[in-house]
Amino acid sequence: MPVITYRDALHDALREEMQRDDRVFLIGEEVGVYNGAYKVSKGLLEEFGEMRVVDTPITELGFAGLGVGSAMVGLRPIVEFMTWNFALLALDQVVNAAAKMLYMSGGQYNIPIVFRGPNGAALQLGAQHSQAWESWLAHIPGLKVITPGTPYDAKGMLKSAIRDENPVCVLEGEMLYNTRGEVPDGEYLIPLGKADLKREGEHCSIITNGKMVLVALQAADQLAKDGIRVDVVDLRTVRPMDVEAIGESVKKTNRAVVLEEGWEIAGIGAQVVDYIQRDCFDYLDAPVVRVHQADVPMPYAKNLEKAAKPDAAKTIAAVRKVMYLD
Amino acid sequence: MATKKKSDSKADAALYHELLHSMLLQRRFEERAAEAYALGKIGGFCHLYIGQEAVSTGTQSALRSDDYVITTYRDHGQALVRGVPPRAVMAELFGRVDGCVHGKGGSMHMFDSSVNFLGGHGIVGGHIPLATGVGFAIKYRGGDQVCVCYMGEAAVNGGAFHESLNMAGLWKLPVIYVIENNKYGMGTAIERASSIKELYKRGGSYSIADATVDGQDVLAVRETMAEAVERARGEQTASLIEVQTYRYVGHSMSDAASGTYRTKAELEEYEKRDPINLFRAVMQKAGMLTDAEYAKMDEQIKAAVQDAWDFADNSPEPPLEALYEHVLAETASDVLVEA
Ligand SMILES: Cc1ncc(C[n+]2csc(CCOP(=O)(O)OP(=O)(O)O)c2C)c(N)n1
Ligand SMILES: [Mg+2]
Repeated sequence: MPVITYRDALHDALREEMQRDDRVFLIGEEVGVYNGAYKVSKGLLEEFGEMRVVDTPITELGFAGLGVGSAMVGLRPIVEFMTWNFALLALDQVVNAAAKMLYMSGGQYNIPIVFRGPNGAALQLGAQHSQAWESWLAHIPGLKVITPGTPYDAKGMLKSAIRDENPVCVLEGEMLYNTRGEVPDGEYLIPLGKADLKREGEHCSIITNGKMVLVALQAADQLAKDGIRVDVVDLRTVRPMDVEAIGESVKKTNRAVVLEEGWEIAGIGAQVVDYIQRDCFDYLDAPVVRVHQADVPMPYAKNLEKAAKPDAAKTIAAVRKVMYLD
Repeated sequence: MATKKKSDSKADAALYHELLHSMLLQRRFEERAAEAYALGKIGGFCHLYIGQEAVSTGTQSALRSDDYVITTYRDHGQALVRGVPPRAVMAELFGRVDGCVHGKGGSMHMFDSSVNFLGGHGIVGGHIPLATGVGFAIKYRGGDQVCVCYMGEAAVNGGAFHESLNMAGLWKLPVIYVIENNKYGMGTAIERASSIKELYKRGGSYSIADATVDGQDVLAVRETMAEAVERARGEQTASLIEVQTYRYVGHSMSDAASGTYRTKAELEEYEKRDPINLFRAVMQKAGMLTDAEYAKMDEQIKAAVQDAWDFADNSPEPPLEALYEHVLAETASDVLVEA
């Protein structure tokens, strides 16, 4: 199977979907002439023209709303945010317009739109450019929120997102664009709302999403050397969440670590733990432990940034803790 | 020549009757809505349009049925003029299943896709980018429709307005932005909120054609709008129209018409230019309307509004199952099939 980057997987998904359906267009800052801030949209302007690959002014609120309005009357916009940090300026349109329109209109206006862009911390970008937004978005009924962690998932899930009749927020990992993975030639789709067991083991479950999938797999490799075999449950979609997959794994392993990129309070992990206590209370052999970013804005200094971020070492420590090994 | 003039004036008379009917329907409808609110039949925020009827009637009379309309939470009048049935609007106000959005929206969120009425929206300025997107979609598809976006004058001070107009000017989108300048955003007079007083001039910042018009004169509003519509259809360009108007009631049902932020004397001064009275006088002077005809029209409208009230009153509450309906749309399984 061909091995390609996460970036190219997203690119191929965009291109295939734009070829398939001429109602689909891409709009955002630097998506056209510049080929995308992260080069995801490389070559698309040339292939599809200015009407379908639209370079905007720096006007997130404006172009996000433009997308929603166009979706009300039959188009299928893909709105690219240069990063999700900047999408905060557009949150009114995501939350108050896109997510509510179908309900508020009594079922008359659904909004088939994709909001996508890089999410989470990269390296030493400081407080305003290093944030993981999934728990904010996952809070909102009317949105779907996906966080593909591998090239394979990125392509199949983005294609499904573009075909979905609802607003779908696609949180791409800023640090994932250059990662490589197997992606089959030709078309395939991955259903939204379905988790994926990325590693199988019987001693503990690591439940995670997005960029943290790679961290969990690193931790799993390390743990295996000590004979500790873990399930790595990749949620893939955080809204709607695959509650069954969580329960299935935890009922098997009886122990769980929940790993996420963002902050602790009201994080995705808090929701996962809630599902676990509801469905798996009698199966647990230890309290669930969470691994997440330190409860501070992201610092710049290398050592401080490292201390703030969740990583494989912290994940391993958490697994050992729930296994009462230390 | 003489015959032509005669048939013209006949057409005029029919149009004038329509315009008067449209304004009077809004007025009578909202007078009863206020009554229903006092009786507790309508809940939540409820913003009446009384005094501004010539804006909705005048502007929308220049539209085609396949054009698009989008507005704010002050949307009852706009909905009625666009053709949402009074029954459906009243039932929505009453929170009933036969409302135009089945009780999910209420006063601020009327929608009706069958007449391209893209809704009442509750975040000040938030719907302006949506209109820009509708204009974009029209251009994308190569159509000659227009999208009309109403907003209060307070909305022009927010970023959404400026971002939207910039894109509409930049990309030449067929959107007509209509500022209903009723002089106040809640209790804040425009002079206390906007650095410039002639709001239409803001169009110039975005190379968008601008105009201002007396919003109490329905014919003047219609004419100004018709020019903007022509520009939008022909040249696919946007316009910004500032319509000078006034609301004769409080900002919403929860505040008095005058007393705190504006005086009774000021209100009474504006009431002298009630758009319905002004137009009625025009028609009477032109020999198009007798007192008896007016009284008859008024009676018919009152009966229609009573009918809407009775209909709403008898319409059931939405079923509890509706609570979880329309959060997400169904994606047809055949589009998820791989090629
Ligand atoms: C973003 C936002 N801020 C504040 C409000 C509360 N609010 C509702 S209407 C209003 C005044 C708006 O005035 P204007 O735009 O002139 O419209 P009008 O009510 O006069 O029709 C305010 C402050 C809101 N709905 N949205
Ligand atoms: Mg106002």
